Amino acid sequence: MYKIIEKNFLAENIVMFKIKAPMVAKSAKPGQFVIVRIDEKGERIPLTICDYDRSLGTVSIVVQVVGASTCKMAKLNQGDYILDFAGPLGNASEFVNLNEEELKNKKYLFVAGGVGAAPIYPQVKYLRQLGVYCDVIIGARSKELVILKEDIEKLGCRVYISTDDGSLGIRGRVTDLVKKLVEEGNTYDEVVAIGPVVMMKFVSMLTKELNIKTTVSLNSIMVDGTGMCGACRVTVGGQTKFTCTDGPEFDGHLVDYDEVIKRQNMFRDEEVRRMHHTSECSCF
Amino acid sequence: MRVPVKELKVEERIKCFDEVCLGYSEEEAVLEASRCLNCKSANCVKKCPVGVDIPKFIEYIKKREFEKAAEIIFKYNSLPSICGRVCPQEIQCEGGCVLGKKGEAVAIGKLERFIGDYVLNNDIDVFKKEPKKNKKVAVVGSGPAGLSCASTLAILGYDVTIFEALHEAGGVLVYGIPEFRLPKEKIVKKEIENLLKLGVEIKTNVIVGRTVTLNQLFDELGYEAVFIGTGAGLPKFMGIKGENANGVYSANEFLTRANLMRAFLDEYDTPLKIGKRVAVIGGGNVAMDAARTAVRLGAEVHIIYRRTEDEMPARLEEIHHAKEEGVIFDVLTNPVEILADENGWVKGMVLRKMELKGVDESGRRIPVEVEGSDYVEEFDTVIMAIGTVPNPIISYTTSEIKINNKRCIVVEEDTGKTTMEGVYAGGDAVTGAATVILAMGAGKRAAYAIDHYLSNNNN
Ligand SMILES: Cc1cc2nc3c(=O)[nH]c(=O)nc-3n(C[C@H](O)[C@H](O)[C@H](O)COP(=O)(O)OP(=O)(O)OC[C@H]3O[C@@H](n4cnc5c(N)ncnc54)[C@H](O)[C@@H]3O)c2cc1C
Ligand SMILES: Cc1cc2nc3c(=O)[nH]c(=O)nc-3n(C[C@H](O)[C@H](O)[C@H](O)COP(=O)(O)OP(=O)(O)OC[C@H]3O[C@@H](n4cnc5c(N)ncnc54)[C@H](O)[C@@H]3O)c2cc1C
Ligand code: SF4
Ligand code: SF4
Ligand code: FES
Ligand SMILES: [Mg+2]
Repeated sequence: MYKIIEKNFLAENIVMFKIKAPMVAKSAKPGQFVIVRIDEKGERIPLTICDYDRSLGTVSIVVQVVGASTCKMAKLNQGDYILDFAGPLGNASEFVNLNEEELKNKKYLFVAGGVGAAPIYPQVKYLRQLGVYCDVIIGARSKELVILKEDIEKLGCRVYISTDDGSLGIRGRVTDLVKKLVEEGNTYDEVVAIGPVVMMKFVSMLTKELNIKTTVSLNSIMVDGTGMCGACRVTVGGQTKFTCTDGPEFDGHLVDYDEVIKRQNMFRDEEVRRMHHTSECSCF
Repeated sequence: MRVPVKELKVEERIKCFDEVCLGYSEEEAVLEASRCLNCKSANCVKKCPVGVDIPKFIEYIKKREFEKAAEIIFKYNSLPSICGRVCPQEIQCEGGCVLGKKGEAVAIGKLERFIGDYVLNNDIDVFKKEPKKNKKVAVVGSGPAGLSCASTLAILGYDVTIFEALHEAGGVLVYGIPEFRLPKEKIVKKEIENLLKLGVEIKTNVIVGRTVTLNQLFDELGYEAVFIGTGAGLPKFMGIKGENANGVYSANEFLTRANLMRAFLDEYDTPLKIGKRVAVIGGGNVAMDAARTAVRLGAEVHIIYRRTEDEMPARLEEIHHAKEEGVIFDVLTNPVEILADENGWVKGMVLRKMELKGVDESGRRIPVEVEGSDYVEEFDTVIMAIGTVPNPIISYTTSEIKINNKRCIVVEEDTGKTTMEGVYAGGDAVTGAATVILAMGAGKRAAYAIDHYLSNNNN
């Protein structure tokens, strides 16, 4: 059992939880995720590690309510317990393996879509602590859905915002901002894009043209998260890879995004049915 | 003639996940035991991978001294309720029984199961624990290899902790083998509770290599030896076109959703989609389990296998039950492509006929494609049960542990000693996908090797 130490709403349907999980906190690295099972009847759902405090033994996760399990989760409160919290899973971001010398002169551009700002956060935090240059783009449908902006700014980097309705930052898409920053003469050694699959697809198409190395984090459907089921398989560079053990981060220019999108919808009918079955979701 | 064993009726069992084979009653067990000739250098014993003293335990059943029978079995095998149910007896113990030459072999598996269940149902204490040694040993993985290693070490007086990646202990026994063949509450959980009674601690949700490394187990957590029983769960795929289409599962995914996550029950949150026509590729136990699970979810199920029924590696009983339950066997057939509709969903397969020509080194007939024999069949779901390789996380994250070209952990055969000091391994992680009894045997052998190592090396 893993205790919820803190709960905060970051937006209407996006919740941050701080969970007591000392063993996970101790080993967590940017880019990794956990698998959570809320209760005895729950499913195993993957969630990215958004922050960790080794001394307090806590791990933060940010959950966007999209269906039955995330809805159930959003109803939990401080002091409640989560039944299972396994991790850290997946490989750490590639830059974690680089030494300070190798990182010193690198420039990173992070591109986050919606709740994708959560997985970006520990990566930017890690790099900024080593003094590495990072620019950050956050895109969302509207102002209310832009999360973690101040937290990321506090890490000491420029944050650019785009919203679909223009309620914050530019009106448009994250790709417009990527293009703009590059046209203005900024150069980047690497783009890290995390968000909805379509967003990662379009960012990757653009950065391919611009010839910038790009890393994406795939959120394929998972069960065990340990390489035992193959539910999370994706095609990267023509080869089948397991997102949980080979990823979750891959070379954005090699991913078959259309397949990822199709596979994400594999259980759509069932999920809708279960959503109605478990609860008419009224979390808030 | 063998005493027949009661089974759930076909009409009933295809609608539920209840255990199919109901096992012997006391009377039936004693009657069946009386068929045993109590052979001197018994061939059945030679064919049992752990050498259970079969004539002796059967002798005690004859005399209705069931606790004595249990004592004999537990010397060799700490999970008789499980092995009695899942060992491929026809090629092991029963395959060696002299009575099998002319008539039917003694039902050794069913008798072993009877004794195992007797022990569980009557809460009989079969283990005699040695005094505590105050030394900590870690066991990674809670499948049969890990369980038997842990129980042996606990009996020898060690403080044992099992680390398991999933949320439930048992390995394949809980996530793979279905309820209708191996009941979870009644059997597997009870066996695990017995382990807890021995003082073994089980920590779930710990992925060794990720949550904690092998080095940390030694340096920070004070373990003096480690056993790795992480199994072979990584599913193989065929590499054919369309294999990532929606509706193509590995058998492990399909069975895990059904067994471990209970997706077939409405009140559980894990989804599972199955459709009307299901193809299961493969001819082993895993294929039979997937097929029979799919039957219970209401589908018409085809087993697609490239050799013939004679070459199928599955237990005979499983093939027999699958047929009874209406599974259709399409043998000498191999998939060449999976066809998907415009939304990426499976709609069928291109299949190719095969014929058998000659034999390979292992003596198995070699399937050869029949040219120009391709045909298309419609399916909604395809389940790949063509084998697995060892779980990758430990070898990905621990460079000191050497693996071979099949990704199996390299060990010294008699002891299970790996290339890392103080670390032993056994079961499917070492052999590749094999059997419960071989994994148990390896776990037990490694436990004795660990005892030897810790008694001699450091004090
Ligand atoms: C590596 C990884 C990291 C992730 N990190 C985050 C995160 O930090 N915050 C966050 O809000 N979400 C994250 N997700 C997505 C999150 O797992 C899904 O939103 C969640 O599982 C949906 O469950 P549900 O029952 O609420 O919704 P459902 O209605 O069951 O499903 C809605 C959609 O969520 C996806 N989904 C459903 N079940 C799973 C599953 N078992 N595994 C993966 N995706 C699934 C599918 O695309 C599905 O169509 C991550 C996914 C992956 C693979
Ligand atoms: C569907 C199916 C049906 C079968 N039917 C039969 C049968 O009828 N008869 C028979 O004899 N055999 C059968 N087998 C084979 C048999 O189950 C296996 O040979 C046996 O379970 C192997 O035992 P093991 O302990 O080596 O590994 P497993 O049972 O695979 O257990 C390994 C455990 O280790 C855990 N683990 C893996 N990596 C880590 C890590 N890094 N950290 C922590 N934990 C980890 C896994 O989660 C798992 O719980 C079947 C197998 C399957 C899949
Ligand atoms: S352990 Fe398996 S092979 Fe050995 S006697 Fe028991 S059922 Fe037969
Ligand atoms: S070979 Fe058959 S008859 Fe002989 S001891 Fe073994 S089980 Fe009994
Ligand atoms: S989630 Fe099962 S193999 Fe990746
Ligand atoms: Mg769900």
